[in-house]
Amino acid sequence: MTPDHINPNIFDDNIERVPNRNGYGEGLKEAGEKDERVVALSADLTGSTRTNIFADAFPDRFVQVGIGEQSMASVASGMAAMGKIPFIASYAMFSPGRSWEQVRTTIAYNNANVKIIGAHSGVSVGPDGATHQAIEDIAIMRVVPRMTVLVPCDVHEARRATLAAAEHEGPVYIRLAREGVPVVTTPGSPFAIGKAEVYMRRDGTHAKKVGIISCGVVLHNALMAGKQLNEQGIGVSVMNLATIKPLDTEAIKAFAEEHDALVTVEEHQVAGGVGSAVSEYLSEERPTRVVKLGVHDKFGQSGDPDELIAHYGMDTKTIIETVKKVAG
Amino acid sequence: MTHLMKTGPVDRSCVFNIIILILASHTIYLRHMHYLTDAEVHELEAKANEIRQSIIEMLFEAKSGHTAGPLGMADIFTLLYFEVLKHDPKNPFWEERDRLILSNGHICPVLYATMAHAGYFPEEELLTLRKFGTRLQGHPHREVLPGIETSSGPLGSGLSQAVGMAIAERMENPYSSRYFYCLTGDGEINAGQMWEAFMHAGKEKLHNLIVIVDRNGIQIDGYTKDVMPLEPLAEKLAAFNWDVQEVDGHNIRSVNDAIGKAQAVYSQPSVIIAHTIPSKGVDVFERDFRWHGNPPGKGPEERVPKGEQADEALRRLRTLGGQIKPGA
Repeated sequence: MTPDHINPNIFDDNIERVPNRNGYGEGLKEAGEKDERVVALSADLTGSTRTNIFADAFPDRFVQVGIGEQSMASVASGMAAMGKIPFIASYAMFSPGRSWEQVRTTIAYNNANVKIIGAHSGVSVGPDGATHQAIEDIAIMRVVPRMTVLVPCDVHEARRATLAAAEHEGPVYIRLAREGVPVVTTPGSPFAIGKAEVYMRRDGTHAKKVGIISCGVVLHNALMAGKQLNEQGIGVSVMNLATIKPLDTEAIKAFAEEHDALVTVEEHQVAGGVGSAVSEYLSEERPTRVVKLGVHDKFGQSGDPDELIAHYGMDTKTIIETVKKVAG
Repeated sequence: MTHLMKTGPVDRSCVFNIIILILASHTIYLRHMHYLTDAEVHELEAKANEIRQSIIEMLFEAKSGHTAGPLGMADIFTLLYFEVLKHDPKNPFWEERDRLILSNGHICPVLYATMAHAGYFPEEELLTLRKFGTRLQGHPHREVLPGIETSSGPLGSGLSQAVGMAIAERMENPYSSRYFYCLTGDGEINAGQMWEAFMHAGKEKLHNLIVIVDRNGIQIDGYTKDVMPLEPLAEKLAAFNWDVQEVDGHNIRSVNDAIGKAQAVYSQPSVIIAHTIPSKGVDVFERDFRWHGNPPGKGPEERVPKGEQADEALRRLRTLGGQIKPGA
């Protein structure tokens, strides 16, 4: 039901939990070893974005810009104009949140080869509250021409996304999260920009067929829900849509054709996010019912990550209830 | 060199580097510094007058665009492109070229006119300014016109890009004699990102960065002293660890000398505050902030009726010839 390359222990209660930003830190250092054009910039959040791993390894290729995310975006654009491959990292709320126009004009419009890392996205940031919970970043990045948007689900995928971004020519946004989250993939799991992967195939004996499309740190909840639903008589498949842009339209179309309806699960506003991207495409090519789980036009708040994920309706229980309703 | 740029214990190699750098800087100073003869100054003034005429013609044809800034900066652009810059109009992507980053993109008519006169593209193309399909976009776009180093327009981000270029250059080649010239307007200095970048460049001691501020005292809504007072600007920039000079922006010899001195500064970024007269060269337009964002034909008409503004401006430019003098 699940492919061999993903973590065989994904349904265990004591599954290993690691923040996916760790994968960024490791991947950036590796990218730096492979290509000396790779440089890193930080806006006073070097440790928590894990940029410190690169900064320690390559102090001469690290630029500390202080708390100035707008300038950081443009400084990176200038460095790219001189042939560097800059990675800029901060919290997603500030970069690209505060620096959107600089990202759009000085990076994307210039076609500067800059990689933007938005850490601490989503309500799972937890106690810091709504000011620090970016739940709009996918929307504001995927609307920018030329921008590639990646949302890795765990530490291994974040590492691979970082390495892929370094090799990709052009601007890339990578969305990361703060909390330790279940390790869904393995170092051997395939990852390619623009390629969706089906992580769970539905039990073909069931008459009702629902597909779940998810990404990022809530993907594990979708897989947990999928397992229980298949056991309860609803055929459920789960797709890991790690690249939001460019959308793997071929895979999404095939996925829609194999199911009666789709449910999307994202730690983001449903407006403009993953569900919107899927719906925009399917409404033109293969009209399909797409029910969207995520934040519905609200701000986040303080709390434990798990209780916030549940409150805003991205937890396993809500996904199960929603799929049952959709299946009828 | 990179060690030199950071604070820390001074070791012997650091002292050696400082000595080498001082010697290198003075070599650069002597090599680049060219005192202009009277004949050369007159030649540049005549060229600036031709460029002003082109500015009037292209703006009139475009029926939109900015007049005051481009006319006011014609002397400085002429000096840069015909005397100072290491560049090759026939090979705009020449690796060794200096970089000119226009931060206040709205004054691009003077950039385009100067580039055309310098041989980057045919002068006839100037009349396509702002028209559909043109390479001369309303605000400069790097990708369509070779020789443009960055797309700009949204104010405040060009300096950060120049900072990024200068840092990247230093990483690559600490002893390079390449300069990064960033041109900005005084109104633009309202933008917070400018101060992020001023602070950053001061921290990094970017000796290869030279900023020229068009201190013309106007912005769209009025006089800069009313919209957002900047003074004491020189003191503010000095406090940010910049080498600061103030010059008459229409005295070509003074500006040339100031650039030569700025090139010789080896431990700080340099800024030249160039006092200019908005709409310089067309006395009936001069000093009136309403000419900031209007082309001839759409400007204030107390002194010249709209229908005669372009012809009147050209007539004055053609007959004023001898009036544009050093120190005027």
